[in-house]
Amino acid sequence: MAMDFQVVVLAGGYSKNLAPLVSKEVPKALLPVANRPVLSYVLELLEQSNLKDLIVVVEGEDAALRVGGWISGAYVDRLHVEVAAVPEDIGTAGALRAIAHHLTAKDILVLSGDLVSDVSPGAVAAAHRRHDAVITAMLCSVPVSGLTEPGSAGGKDKSKKPGRYNIIGLDPSKQFLLHIATSAELEKDIRVQKSVVRAVGEMELRADLMDAHVYALKRSALLEILEQKDTFQSLKEDLLPYLVRSQLKSEIPVNGTPPGEENGNEKTGSNNNQILLSRILSNASKPEFHQLHELGHYGDTTRRTHKCCVYIASESKYCARLNTIQAFSDINRDVTGEANYLSGYTFSSHNNIIHPSVELGAKTTVGPHCMVGEGSQMGDKCSVKRSVIGRHCRIGFNVKIVNSVIMNHVTVGDGCSIHGSVICSNVQLQERVVLKDCQVGAGFVVVSGGEYKGESLAKKEK
Amino acid sequence: MGAPKKSAPKTSSSDDPEELARVPLQAVLLADSFTTKFRPITLERPKVLLPLVNVPMIEYALAWLESAGVEEVFVFCCAHAKQVTTYIENSQWRSQPNFTVTTIESHNSISAGDALRLIYERNVIHGDFVLISGDTLSNMSLVRALQDHKDRRKKDSNAVMTMIIKHSKPSSATHQSRLGTEELFMAIDPTTKQLLYYEENANHLKGTLSLDKMLLVDNSSITLHNDMQDCYIDICSPEVLSLFTDNFDYQHLRRHFVKGLLVDDIMGYKILTHEIHSSYAARIDNYRSYDTISKDIIQRWTYPLVPDVLFPGDSPTRLDRQGMYCASEIQLSRSAKVGPLIVIGSSTVVGSNTTVVNSVIGKGCIIGSNVLIEGSYVWDNVVIEDGCELRHAIVCDGVIMKSGSRLEPGVVLSFKVVIGPNFVVPPYSKVSLHQQPTVEDSDEELEYAENSSDTIHSSTRGQVDKPNGGSSSDLSEMQQQSIPELGLGGMGYIWSICEGCHEEEWKHSVAPIPPEKLTEITRAIEDDLDLANMDRNAPASSGELKPDTQVDSEDDENEDSRDDSTYFEKEVEATFLRAVNENIKVDHVILEVNSLRLSYNMQSVDCAGAIFYSMMRLASQLSHSTASELYKNVGSVVSKWQKLLKSYLPGKDEEIEVILKFEEICLESVKELSPLFTQILHFLYDKEILSEEAIQDWETEKADADESDKVFVKQAEKFLQWLREASEEEE
Repeated sequence: MAMDFQVVVLAGGYSKNLAPLVSKEVPKALLPVANRPVLSYVLELLEQSNLKDLIVVVEGEDAALRVGGWISGAYVDRLHVEVAAVPEDIGTAGALRAIAHHLTAKDILVLSGDLVSDVSPGAVAAAHRRHDAVITAMLCSVPVSGLTEPGSAGGKDKSKKPGRYNIIGLDPSKQFLLHIATSAELEKDIRVQKSVVRAVGEMELRADLMDAHVYALKRSALLEILEQKDTFQSLKEDLLPYLVRSQLKSEIPVNGTPPGEENGNEKTGSNNNQILLSRILSNASKPEFHQLHELGHYGDTTRRTHKCCVYIASESKYCARLNTIQAFSDINRDVTGEANYLSGYTFSSHNNIIHPSVELGAKTTVGPHCMVGEGSQMGDKCSVKRSVIGRHCRIGFNVKIVNSVIMNHVTVGDGCSIHGSVICSNVQLQERVVLKDCQVGAGFVVVSGGEYKGESLAKKEK
Repeated sequence: MGAPKKSAPKTSSSDDPEELARVPLQAVLLADSFTTKFRPITLERPKVLLPLVNVPMIEYALAWLESAGVEEVFVFCCAHAKQVTTYIENSQWRSQPNFTVTTIESHNSISAGDALRLIYERNVIHGDFVLISGDTLSNMSLVRALQDHKDRRKKDSNAVMTMIIKHSKPSSATHQSRLGTEELFMAIDPTTKQLLYYEENANHLKGTLSLDKMLLVDNSSITLHNDMQDCYIDICSPEVLSLFTDNFDYQHLRRHFVKGLLVDDIMGYKILTHEIHSSYAARIDNYRSYDTISKDIIQRWTYPLVPDVLFPGDSPTRLDRQGMYCASEIQLSRSAKVGPLIVIGSSTVVGSNTTVVNSVIGKGCIIGSNVLIEGSYVWDNVVIEDGCELRHAIVCDGVIMKSGSRLEPGVVLSFKVVIGPNFVVPPYSKVSLHQQPTVEDSDEELEYAENSSDTIHSSTRGQVDKPNGGSSSDLSEMQQQSIPELGLGGMGYIWSICEGCHEEEWKHSVAPIPPEKLTEITRAIEDDLDLANMDRNAPASSGELKPDTQVDSEDDENEDSRDDSTYFEKEVEATFLRAVNENIKVDHVILEVNSLRLSYNMQSVDCAGAIFYSMMRLASQLSHSTASELYKNVGSVVSKWQKLLKSYLPGKDEEIEVILKFEEICLESVKELSPLFTQILHFLYDKEILSEEAIQDWETEKADADESDKVFVKQAEKFLQWLREASEEEE
């Protein structure tokens, strides 16, 4: 696809809300999903759309080094990736602002590095071009896994109700984004601009679509806003809502004309107003709503509209973001389960993947939707269900592992029981530890007989 | 099924034993709109009997009900009940097979709510029924809507009503539909078609719709509509009647009943919508819809409800090319230019060189030569002498227009008015032989005053009912005012248009909206849009943005509260001005302001500020040429209304607020007051409206302020010093 698109992958850094899963060694982008870094899913998705020139933006020098190191090892001949380090906690808009000088193409495709999906980014880019939009956001169905009974996997994410990501307002053709409410606004009554409903006649409000944080943006407009609104921190929370709100009257010079030049000839608009009026009077066909508003200032450039568009992924597509602990568990389960086509591996006839080098003890069973990485060993009478076990783990006998993710080099003592938990690398669980809905940070030692429920266990860092 | 059994005697004569097996389809037709939009005409004749394309409106409603398979109609009559009853008695509907029309008269119902409560008491409704008002015109088939309603009821007994809606996009300039009704915002569940939100008479100033957040928790998707028109045709279950009885404060079908059901989530009653696509349904709500619907009839959108098909009567109407309907016995001069799109009733005479376009003319009219009639509705037995001009006017029965007189667009001439020769009736005038009731307050057009004004309304109507006795007794009740000149030999009063309504008059008139008005509105809308955008952006660019989420919400809240306080201030000012003009007692004003305060969630500080502001504005608007006259004005206004102001000044803090507000007024809104600041402050002190402490605290508060903020402290320095000395002396 020879489109003049520049791709920016925002890979984050040591995301605090994913503690204790992330650690100095493992920034967010390198968290494992089915035993490979989550970032690899986005990179390979882009590669499939033939988008191979990428800027991967990582927060923090240290994290950038680690991510860069991994990418150059894994994708050396496949992708042309530039890794840019930006300061921590400057937000997604801040990150783009920091790398603005790298942006040269007409349109920019911005993806989040935590996206696990099979929706083609090329399709989003194409929709963007087709509409000549200022921004095109990819929307997908609210992930099914997010709706599973709460508490099934150990999440502490009580801030959002499952399935309530945002409220999206669409026109009847489902091409234009007319309204968006996110996060804190969801707790309040829904407030919709009447002028937009008037312009469009009918607006559909949806709570079952999720903004997947894949945006195609017009570079000129993006840079302009980043500069003008220097307080905007987040693409999703600040920039997108701003664009949506202001679409009937934009201050953004879509064609590069600087604002302020046009105020002189306001009065000349009267002729054109007549055109609008006759249009209104005739009450004939309904012009597409952007046109109607453009018409109002035909020739009189004070009013320009810009289009905010959407690309709605088909319901059968998978789309999730690894931005919470709950999501980490869900995505790992999905990618080894219902959505295992995403993992890139071929599953066995038992619907699981056990590396040939794995040693399993007698009467040990590994159920379907499981994965056991290279060089791991398990003692006798173990049972693994719907779980991912990393590389070089040593697991004693009579261990139960259900609905959990165990990263690399983990030692699990005899008689442990692990339910709905995430065990990071180099953790040592001594004998008869019982964990339910817990997260154990890297290198932590749980002494024998410890029983925990819904806790986050980690070394005191720094 | 069936309303709860009551022992009330059955009034209906249609109680067959068969009915138990098969419930006939019933309908309730409200032959009173419970509004005053067709005044002054409705002072003399009920709205449902007014001719629409030469046929009384109620005929269309009954004809449709009959054709749609309704078997039993209860016509609820209130205003001019006798006239309606008499009309029905003598109409063809009395002798139809399988179609009974029963009238129910009431003289004390003042709303649709009252009407339905009375019908409930009569216990005549036994199953699902169609509820319409007598001014509804439709050709839709009820089969589908009725079946859907019944099917839903079987599954969910809470689905008590089905509302018929139709696509109609309001003008983006005037925010009104082609029927002249206000724009309507609805939220509908796209799968079940359940109505979730209904907002009519929307406050244009408020730029956002606010929907309950629970709506999108319960439904994953809802559709907001601004492109639908409420046809005011409802299919109701008997529960609707009992709901009105249970909630005795429900008056209006939409504002109270529909809103009430939507808001109440305890009982869980549901309203569903049924959208019609190709059929016609509309309601004559105001003069503009009268005009629009008349044209729709002439252009046959309402088929078969068109002049030549449905109502042949004694003189069949013939349809010619170009939409010209002419009764058989008319006399058209050869040189008269008639058409296109006209209807001319029987026995009407049209003189030479007369032009009639886009108009309806009734029976027995005599139209002279060289007359121009354009876009007008001339009812029966009207005499229009030579050389008259009528543009977009309604002329009722028996009117005489002397030669050379002219009606400007939007004029309504009620029954038997006489316009003198060469007289020009100004645009939008309403002329009647009856004087305008004086009790009519400015709220009339807002329709919320139904209770108070309509009582009076119906009582005057009641008197009109008495044959011949009407005008004389009316006159005694009405304020005597000099008869406005309607030219030599003219008869009638030009009703004064109340101040607030004048602005709105063009909206509901038969006349098309003047182009300059449209330009004006379009511009205003753009300004609003600009304003809204600026508001939105201002806080963001001022650098108060917090990381991520909070921004928008805070933004919204600011906007909200700012909006609210501006509205509040405006409303208080309006209330105050009304109080001044109509000499309302202070206690009543306090009550009104209190209710405003509650509804806007304001403090008494805000009330004090708003009242003080209104007083200063009033004072500055009273005539004055010098500062001392202005001061006098302030003095008289304050003295007169000090009790009102004082009642919102319980303590020092509020008083300080008033002083701060006063500063603001002097600086921003009423600058000419600023040289008088000290004088007025002193006066307020003398009147014991402001206490010594408050003034002194204000001074201390200002001590640290910017120099620019101290203008008035400096101006008042002498007074402040005097105050200090006075208090020291006392000590």
